[in-house]
Parts: sequence; C-alpha cells; structure tokens
Amino acid sequence: MGHEFRDYSRESCPTVKNILLLDSEGKRVAVKYYSDDWQAHAAKLAFEKSVFTKTLKTNARSEAEITMFDGYIVVYKFIHDLHFFVTAGDDENELILASVLQGFTESVALLLRNDVEKRTALENLDLILLCIDEIVDGGIILETDPNNIAGKVATNAVDGAVPFSEQTISQALATAREHLARSLLK
Amino acid sequence: MAQPMLKKDDDRDDEVDYHPFFGIEKGAVLQEARVFNDPQIDPRRCSQVITKVLYILNQGDTLTQIEGTEVFFSVTKLFQSKDPGLRRMMYLMIKELSPSAGEVIMVTSSLMKDMNSKTDMYRANAIRVLSRIIDGTILAQIERYLKQAIVDKNPVVASAALVSGIHLLQTSPEVVKRWSNEVQEAVQSRASLVQFHALALLYQIRQHDRLAVTKLVTSLTKGSVRSPLAQCLLIRYASQVIRESGANQAGERPHFDYLESCLRHKAEMVILEAARAITELSGVTSRELTPAITVLQLFLSSSKPVLRFAAVRTLNKVAMTHPLAVTNCNIDMESLISDSNRSIATLAITTLLKTGNESSVDRLMKQITNFMADIADEFKIVVVDAIRSLCLKFPLKYRSLMNFLSNILREEGGFEYKKAIVDSIVTLIRDIPEAKEIGLFHLCEFIEDCEFTYLSTQILHLMGNEGPRTSDPSKYIRYVYNRVILENATVRAAAVSTLAKFGALVDSLKPRIFVLLRRCLFDSDDEVRDRATLYLKVLGGEAVVGETEKETNEFLFGSFDIPLVNLEASLKNYEPSETPFDISSVPREVRSQPLAEKKAAGKKPTGPTGPTSGPVVSAIDAYEKSLSSIPEFAAFGKLFKSSAPVELTEAETEYAVSVVKHIYDGHVILQFNCSNTIPEQLLENVTVLIDASEAEDFAEVYTKPLRSLPYDSPGQTFVAFEKPDGVPAVGKFSNILKFIVKEVDPASGEVEEDGVEDEYQLEELEVTYADYMLKVPVSNFRNAWESMDPESERVDEYGLGARESLAEAVNAVISILGMHPCEGTEVVANNSRSHTCLLSGVFIGNVKVLVRLSFGISGPKEVAMKLAVRSDDPDVSDRIHEIVASG
Repeated sequence: MGHEFRDYSRESCPTVKNILLLDSEGKRVAVKYYSDDWQAHAAKLAFEKSVFTKTLKTNARSEAEITMFDGYIVVYKFIHDLHFFVTAGDDENELILASVLQGFTESVALLLRNDVEKRTALENLDLILLCIDEIVDGGIILETDPNNIAGKVATNAVDGAVPFSEQTISQALATAREHLARSLLK
Repeated sequence: MAQPMLKKDDDRDDEVDYHPFFGIEKGAVLQEARVFNDPQIDPRRCSQVITKVLYILNQGDTLTQIEGTEVFFSVTKLFQSKDPGLRRMMYLMIKELSPSAGEVIMVTSSLMKDMNSKTDMYRANAIRVLSRIIDGTILAQIERYLKQAIVDKNPVVASAALVSGIHLLQTSPEVVKRWSNEVQEAVQSRASLVQFHALALLYQIRQHDRLAVTKLVTSLTKGSVRSPLAQCLLIRYASQVIRESGANQAGERPHFDYLESCLRHKAEMVILEAARAITELSGVTSRELTPAITVLQLFLSSSKPVLRFAAVRTLNKVAMTHPLAVTNCNIDMESLISDSNRSIATLAITTLLKTGNESSVDRLMKQITNFMADIADEFKIVVVDAIRSLCLKFPLKYRSLMNFLSNILREEGGFEYKKAIVDSIVTLIRDIPEAKEIGLFHLCEFIEDCEFTYLSTQILHLMGNEGPRTSDPSKYIRYVYNRVILENATVRAAAVSTLAKFGALVDSLKPRIFVLLRRCLFDSDDEVRDRATLYLKVLGGEAVVGETEKETNEFLFGSFDIPLVNLEASLKNYEPSETPFDISSVPREVRSQPLAEKKAAGKKPTGPTGPTSGPVVSAIDAYEKSLSSIPEFAAFGKLFKSSAPVELTEAETEYAVSVVKHIYDGHVILQFNCSNTIPEQLLENVTVLIDASEAEDFAEVYTKPLRSLPYDSPGQTFVAFEKPDGVPAVGKFSNILKFIVKEVDPASGEVEEDGVEDEYQLEELEVTYADYMLKVPVSNFRNAWESMDPESERVDEYGLGARESLAEAVNAVISILGMHPCEGTEVVANNSRSHTCLLSGVFIGNVKVLVRLSFGISGPKEVAMKLAVRSDDPDVSDRIHEIVASG
C-alpha cells in the first residue's frame, strides 16, 4: 500500500525499520514495514528470505540473538515454530532494539496465554496485528513494556470473540483472554 | 456461526500444517465485507472479516483502487457500532487502506468525535489515525485538540499525540512548532514513554536552533529524566552539542561529566549509548576512553548475545583509531572467537588482528583457521581484509599469513570472497619483496582450478609482469600453458599474452615460447590466434612495433593509458583512407559530462598531425570542433585541454557569464558563455575587455564578439591570446563585459532602434599550471613508474606549514597540480599520521608525468611532504617542482 514513510535520522530518534513474524519455513505470519528501503513486495520478500536463512541455524531460543548484514542490524528470537525479528539501521543502539523485540515476544506470549505457536498466532491474528500496532507507530517506538502492550490490546479485543477454529478451542481461548484482561486491568 | 468461516479439510486435526486462513481468497473476502453494510452490525463477525482483509494485505496482496474505495466506504459504516474491539480493528483497517484525500473527508468528523470521547483508547487511536491520513487544512481544525492531548492525564493519549506531532512536523512544521509549551510540559511527565516522546519532539522542533538545543541539554542533564529511552536521546543530543562546540580545545569538554555519569546508569541501553558516544567523540583522549572501555569490557562476558555484540562492535571501531586502548580487552576478546554467534566471533577476531602484536600472530592464525569453515562469505571477506592489513603491519610474518591465504584460497567460496583473497595476495606480492615468489606460486596453483574467468585473467596478467623477473621463470610456463589447453577463449588469450612476456624478457626461454605460441596459431578462437600471430612477429623481430628491444618491451609491458570509450569512439569515426589510424590522436582525458549538443561525426580529412574527428561523447572534441570552425583559430593546431566552466558572475544577477579556458601549444582561447536574464533587454556586440597586465606572457591576438544576445538564449564571445610555445604560462586577467543594450517590449517583442553602450564588471580569472595538465589515469602505477627513466626522477622535500588536517594538505597539492589520483590514494584514512599519494597526468607537449607524494604530519599539525616526479622529459620533472614550490 502506498504509505509514505519518513526516515528519521538516528540523531533525533531511534527508528525501527520493520517488525517481522515468520513461521518455521520463513513464511509470513504478520509483518509491518516502516521504511522506504523496501518498496516493492518482491524486495520485502527478498529481505525476509535473507533474514530467515541467515538466522535459521542459530539458536535464538533462550536469549535473543543479533546479526548484521547489508547495513542493517536485526535482533531476533525463536519461540516454537515462530520467528520474531526487529530490524533497524546499523547505527542504532542494539539494546533499544532488543527492548522492542522483548516487548513484542512477551506481549504476544501474554496474549496467547503462553501458547506461542504459528497456529494459535494465526487464529488470533487480530491480536498479533494490534500488538504490532501498539509497539511501533510509523517507525517510532510507542511502547516496550509487555504488560502495557498486552493490556492495551486485550481491552480492545472484541468481547468473547470466537477465533477462526472449532468452538471448543475458541471458547477456551476466549475465556483465557477474559482472564488475562481481568488480571491485567486489576 | 451463521456460515462456515473458512474452507478447511475435514481431517485437519491430523494435518500438521493446518492453517486457519487456508484457501482464503480476495474475491470471497471482499464479498464477505458486505456484512459491514448490514443495518444490524455484528461486531464479532465484522472484526473477523477485517482480520481476513488485513491478512490478505499482509501477505502482499493488494486491492485495486475500486476495491479499496469500496472496502473503505463500508468500513466507515461501522462507526455506528459502539463495540470498542470492533472500533480498534476499524482504526487499524483505515490506516492500512491509506485512503485518498477525498475519502479522508468521509471519516474525519467521526474520528474528531472519537478524539473527544471519554474513552482513553478512542482518543489515543483516533489521534494516531487522523495524523496519518490528514492534510494541513484539517490539521488546523484539530490542532486545539492535539495540544490538549499532549498534556492529557492518560499517558497513552499523550504519547499518541506526541508521536503524531513527530510525524506531522515533517509535513506541517509551522503548526507543530506552536505546541512547544505543551511539549515542554510533557517532558516533565512521570510516565516514562511520554517523557521519551516529548523529548524527541521538543528536540526536533528546536534542532535548527543551536542555542535552544544547548539550553535544553544543559537543563535536562541536571537530572529529571527518568526514562531510559529518553536518557538515550539526551546522550545523543549532548554529544551533538559537544561536537558543535568545536570540541577538542584544551581543557574540559562540556557535558563530558554527564556522559561519564551515564556509564553508571541502571539500564544497559543507557550505558551502551553513553559508552558509544564517548568513543565517537572527535579527538577523544585515552583518559576519556578508559571508563567507557571498562564498561564495554564487562559487557563482553555477558550471557546476552545482543550485549556482547554491541560491546565488541563498539570496541572494534575503537581499535581502528586507538588500538592500544583496547588491548586490555584482548583476553575477553579471545574467548569470543568461539562464540556461537558468528557475527560476534568475526568482530572479535578482526579486533584482535588490529590490536594484536607480532608475537600473537601465529596463535591467532591457528584459531582463525578453525573458525573460517563455518562463517558466511561476507564475514570471511572482513577477516581477509584484516589479515591483509596485519601483514603489511608485520611484514616479517608474511610466511604464516601467506600460508593462511593460500589455504583458504583452496576452499569453497564465492567470487567476492575469492577476489578479496587474490587481491590480498597481490598486495603482499607488491609490497613485500620476499613474499613475491611464494605468492606467485600459490596463485599459479589457484588458476589450475579456478572457475572465475576474471580472476584467472587478472592473475595471468600479474604473472606476465612479475614471473619473468623471478629467480626461475621457467617453472611458471607449465601453469600458463595449461591455461591455453584447458580454458575458455578469454583466459586462453590472456595466457598467450603472458607467454609472450616471458619470451620477451627471458632469452633462454625464447625458443620454447616460440614453439608454444606457434601451437596457439591453430586455436579455434580469433582473438587467441591474432594475439599469437602478433606476438610471434614482435618477438621474432619482424618489427611491427619498433626496432629496438626497448620499444618491444614498451609495447608488451607499457600500461595502456587510453580510455577504451574514447578509443572505441575514435575508431567508429575513422574512415578508411590513405592515412592510417593514429592512436596518439585519441583523446586521453576521460570526460564524464558529454556536451548537450552532440554534433554529428565530422567528415574532416584526418592527418597524422592535424586534428582528427574524435568521439562524439567527449566534451573536448565538441569544443575542438566548434573552435576549429572559427577560421581565426583554425591555425592554432590541436586543442590540448579545455577547462571546466568557471563562473565569473554571482548566481541570479542580470547577466550570467562563465569562462572555459582552451589551451593550445602556443595559444590560449578564453571562451565566455554569456546569458541575458532580463526579458526587457537585448544586448548587441557583446565583448569582454581584458586587462592582462598581470599576465605578462600573454598577448591578445583576436577578439570575436557576440553579435546579439537576446533574453534567455545563451551565446559565446571569444578572446584569443598568444603565449610562448609549449610553455605553461600563468597569469591573472581582469574582465569587463561590454555591450550595447536595447530596450525590448516583452509583450510585443519589439526592439527599440537606439541602444546605449554599457559595461558590467566580471570577476577575475586565472590561468594556472593545472590548466596545462591533463588528468590521465594509468592502470598500474607501479609498473608505469618503473618503466620510466629513473634519470628523469627529481626528488625534493617541502614543509607545508600548519594545516587543518593531512587530508586537507593532500587535496591542496592535488588541486595545484591538477593531476589524476591513482589507486584511490587521494583518500586519507582518518587520524593517520602519514600518507602516500600517487598521481598521473600528461603535461603540455604530451609529456607523461607520474608523481609520488609522501606526507607526514607532526604534533602541532605541521605537514611535511616529499615529492618525487618521473616524466618523459626531465625538464618537466623540474617544472613540477617549480609549480609546487610556487603554489
């Protein structure tokens, strides 16, 4: 879509260039770009492919990992069959990026009740998309605290929404969400 | 559910790759989106459909304009629903659809209503959506609310307004700048993210006002900023203030204490930001560096890869300029060589290679060998580059380093990686004489099994130049001849040339080379056969290129310094005739900017001495053509050089005049390009009156006036001078533009009969020595240097006095001489204390000149320079020294 992006200099504000959530084959679950560096769809896919293959063999499960290529730094973490990535220009403070990644992974874990895997993520894609929307706005970091992020998303969730799957699973999830929302809003 | 949401397999429970969006299709989803128009809105259902549309967009599918508009309009219907969850999804949807200006109007009133809602979530999100989609006029309507929102009690609302402010500042800065007071209040907020966003916006509002930024930093560094992110911003702003304060004067730096105190902050991101800021201070002292290095060293042993990476990356940069400051970290660094994160390991290794001493080289090389196998090519290139510079630093270690390079050359790798290795070996061969024979031998082995034509030909060329001068040239012949048997035509041709070079320099090999070359006469490729034929004749003394051995060698080894584009163009223009094509008539200067007016290839007779029709693309030829069409200039001979145009008037004055200096052997023509920017005037009989009293060697011989210069239609007037033949005369000229001005009625275009004489002062112009020098590159400086007569060499030393920097001194000398910098030597590494610069050019009279400049800088910025010149004419070598001495 024809978004216009403004690239802010590092001088004025830390900037995120994209947030990617891919599956274990490198396919998109949810992605959001905040930079004109990749305009065409093909350029985005090429970047995702190269990030995915470059990081595939690393062990980014217990701790977040980091890599640098083509003038970008990418921090990433894998949970089950999901690969989380946050990208910035190579002059960015790595630890600021890591805090964005942490906000992303942990808020997703809260929202999915620790059932962090591709299927659940797709079933609750609305939550994932809202989550990304609450973390970064047009490249600028909006919030990094996982509890705050999940809280904002959960209050916004449609009451008792039934996800796109069988009733039993969805009911279970709906209650889970309610619990979560309540515990977060206490 | 009313209808099945998705197509799915019945047995999907057993299927591993079950996908909730399996089989989803844009057309069907857009059909479903009609549900938005239902009078009774089902929030859950609508949310699901929005999610599906978002999924489709997220997968890279796009909506056509019509589809987008349709979806957008039906989404706006959902504002009727009071369901907060659905509202949130709508906001997201509107942002993703990025509506057109006409569409935006449909939702602004609803969004403005939400901006004033009691629900915080509505306010925050409505602000974010609006600021993404509105233009200036709507902004004026909502400005009041945004200012309020900035100081809203709810931090989410305040942050939304502040971040929107940052975005809006790019498009409507004058509006956002009016919010300064509110933003300043928000900087004091207790909410950490609000503080961060407010500080970012406040800085951007004030960033062009240095004083305001300094005040901001001074007041905030006293404490009151709690948020780590805001603290990081403040560190960036503080180091900018330091940078702009001119830094580096003796005594305390402003705000350094603040940076240092941040090294003790709780949050690691703040510590890192501060440490990095300190290491990047210009002219940082080792005392200032120490505390920053200490915290970075602690990070090196962290359990978090991101932290280790950040630290090692910063230290790696420091090692380039202050290797000694980093040596304390060497032990921690060595343990990182085995880090499972290969980026960290690579950075650690290259840091060690920069800081290590001679005794640790062997041990390091052993560790690196184990490590090379499992890193990506791009990291390998970094390592190879580091090893090359290490070897130049410790030439005695060439044996183990060369061994390492040859080992990795044998392993798998892509072109860029192999090229980096070959380049490194070539550098070592060039700079370390002892390494030459081993290096050549390794390269020979490499081309026995090399899949890259480019590298094979490059190596064959190098062997041709270096191999015959080794102790036992015969051992290379086998490798070269194998190429003729086994490789593709390009490599075969290169191998034939290499064989010829051995034959020319090593008499004992000559008969055997002849046998080999004769076999090449039966090659299937034209180029290979042609080369073999040519070389057989040349070596056999059936003189085609020259009578003497020296000329043969010049032909084989001399660098080919004619740009291929120029040669190609000249050959295209050459028409078969009695006169053979004369290669010396091909222009040697590379012109990047072709003249706008491309003239058709001329049909002038070509002669060995007379001007030839050159390439259409080259500016000098276009000049030459237009000049030689003026009869008075036709007798001046061949145009040697035309300068780039120099402006003689300020921008945006009534008349714009620039000058191009055309240099001939015995003449200089000044071409004044004039243009008239006043529609009410017509200028006639335009000339330039020149006072050449400060240019003694010049005598004016001819002035060609410009008859008429109407508005916006540029023209030229010329003044020609005579000067002593072949002498690079210099001087200053002061100029006055003279003309008759006539009034013009711009409406009718009618010109008044009577004109008035008038004149207009122009700036001075100078003819300098650089005008007599053509920037002509050579392909291999060292070979070219060695092939010139050492007798022509003139060496002297000069003190250049106190200079701002080494780079400034180097550029000054290059521009005085007007020569072409070779091999990228015009670039001076940051902070280096010495530099060698190689220049090439052709001086008037077609004299080839090569210059070697060695610079050194002492403590108080005193620069000294050693200048060595070789040229075809020793007098010219002397002349170059005179130029430098007088410049």
